[in-house]
Amino acid sequence: MHNTKTQDTLVGLFVASGIAALFYMAMQVSNLGSYTGGETYTIIAQFQNSGGLKIKSPVSVAGVRIGRVSSIRLDKDSHESIVEMQIESQYNNLPDDSGASIYTAGLLGEQYVSIDPGPGISGEFLKDRSKIDNVSSAIILEEMIGKFLMNKADSK
Amino acid sequence: MFQLFESLGQSTRESFAKLGRSSLFLLNTLAGVPDTMTRPTLLVKQLFSVGVLSFLIITISGLFVGMVLGLQGFYTLSDFGAEESLGVMVAASLVRELGPVVSALLFAGRAGSALTAEIGLMKATEQLSGMEMMAVDPIKRIISPRFLAGFISTPLLAALFSTIGVNGGHMVGVGMLGVDDGAFWAQMQASIDFQQDIINGVIKSIVFGFVVSWIALFEGYDTIPTAEGVSRATTRTVVNSAFAVLGLDFILTALMFGDI
Amino acid sequence: MANNQNSDNALVTIRNLSFSRGSRKIFDDISLDIERGKVTAIMGPSGTGKTTLLKIIGGQLTPEQGSVHVDGRHVHRLKKHDLLKLRKRMGMLFQSGALLTDMSVYDNVAFPLREHTQLSESMIRSLVLMKLHAVGLRGARNLMPNELSGGMARRVALARAIALDPMMIMYDEPFTGQDPISMGALVHLIKSLNAALGLTSVIVSHDVQETAAIADYIYVLSEGKIVGRGTPAELEISDSKWVQQFMNGNPDGPVPFHYPAPDYLDDLLAS
Repeated sequence: MHNTKTQDTLVGLFVASGIAALFYMAMQVSNLGSYTGGETYTIIAQFQNSGGLKIKSPVSVAGVRIGRVSSIRLDKDSHESIVEMQIESQYNNLPDDSGASIYTAGLLGEQYVSIDPGPGISGEFLKDRSKIDNVSSAIILEEMIGKFLMNKADSK
Repeated sequence: MFQLFESLGQSTRESFAKLGRSSLFLLNTLAGVPDTMTRPTLLVKQLFSVGVLSFLIITISGLFVGMVLGLQGFYTLSDFGAEESLGVMVAASLVRELGPVVSALLFAGRAGSALTAEIGLMKATEQLSGMEMMAVDPIKRIISPRFLAGFISTPLLAALFSTIGVNGGHMVGVGMLGVDDGAFWAQMQASIDFQQDIINGVIKSIVFGFVVSWIALFEGYDTIPTAEGVSRATTRTVVNSAFAVLGLDFILTALMFGDI
Repeated sequence: MANNQNSDNALVTIRNLSFSRGSRKIFDDISLDIERGKVTAIMGPSGTGKTTLLKIIGGQLTPEQGSVHVDGRHVHRLKKHDLLKLRKRMGMLFQSGALLTDMSVYDNVAFPLREHTQLSESMIRSLVLMKLHAVGLRGARNLMPNELSGGMARRVALARAIALDPMMIMYDEPFTGQDPISMGALVHLIKSLNAALGLTSVIVSHDVQETAAIADYIYVLSEGKIVGRGTPAELEISDSKWVQQFMNGNPDGPVPFHYPAPDYLDDLLAS
């Protein structure tokens, strides 16, 4: 039989280490650690095809994540995909003529939106609910392969 | 032929009776939980035998499972040139599935069987009956603290299992096989969602802890008070817990991650 | 059934009690009284449901028919709270002792005090030592139950049963499996406790000599019925063949030596 004091200590250690493990999972393993929790503003882009983009897919500039996709829906008139992105407020100096493209991280990786900062001719920046006009859609692997094979067949 | 129907009917009746008894038992146990909270010494003692004594098996298993995941994941992913996703693979499998499920199965084998045997022997040696005659409710005094301890311990054990597993995977993947350290963590953090993955994993392990503790304590309490009865009850605890955990895992996964 | 005892002085009154397990009738319409301040024994061969009777008196089992009154209360119509209150005033000594195996002798005796009273630890200590002294095991207080002999375990259980100063104690087979010395110690203890604490004792037993030595009144049960009653001296000269067989321990008589079986010769030749 263990005496009460060591037992109390061990139980205390056990509970503390369990809670520490939960905390560790939240901060180190999941995306919670990278949430800034700060203010965001929303920008909108209309893509012909948003491919495998999902809610919470990253939005980045030059490979640095600046926000997340917050909603994806279909525009009924144009049959195009409308993607809303929440951008952290500290990145409030994106020129209003910036472009947005959907890329894939690696061959099988997830898809993300890359914002390509424009030259800033008007001197204006993207604001809340601004729309990006200069877009290029997701590259669909099957389409690419299909086109490639067609070209090959044509050139013969 | 009639005998077949008769035995079928009999076993149906018995299983319904058992279901009823176990539900009643659960209600009484839950009713005793507030009382337990006012007597922390009882709870600490049970946390020791249920939680602390399971600590070693959980951490060691977690380490090895994580290492195996690191190794297997690396071989599979390197075929596609996607070794950088190793962190995601290891963490997602652990946090979503293996952490809650394997720790619940180990918990059933380590702590659940011990609980059943302990309660069963207390019944066989008339300790429960003796308590009743001393005007002490054995469910409140014996069962509820153990139930609460099991319920508290499982999510903590599952979290320990996953945490150590992730680090085991890191040890193999980054330390031995040369996956990039930054990519391992960054991809993991980008893909593992706090609510979708971590919280759901914790919810799973809470449900499993609830069910395994319930099964173990009920089998002990409902045992036939003989040596054979206790041994059968202990076996039933492990088998039924495994079925319950795996079955519930499917249902919970479908509810949480699927669109069913 | 006529009662030759004065029921005004009865602590436990059982009337027309019937109880069965499955299809087997354990009690068939029995009535008996247990008098205050006396030692009453309920005797009978093994398997006649003597322990069941104690559990019915303690309210752990509910009879199919009949009533059980303890100290004027109808045991099976009490609310749970009142039943628990009544049980605090009844001690029960189980055959195995039923000590809690995860605590020491001291903590076992202190258990009911800690559960039911708000006494300080120093007060509990004094009480526990008094009770342990009464059963002669004050020196064994730090032992664990698995370190005790059967006789010692039963004495500790007795100390625990008297911890709350009950009005009655029920002994379930107190003499079974005891060596002569522990047997003597227990006989002495039961008798002296009954006198010293003004208890009412109910002994369920099949050990004729020891029980007859301390009982004031004996009921003999067989096959769900009371087949004999009276003081030990009265039973000694009972003209019932059954009581004679039981009291003298004859192997054959109204209770046959053989369990019911087909004819011996037929059975042998059948194979």
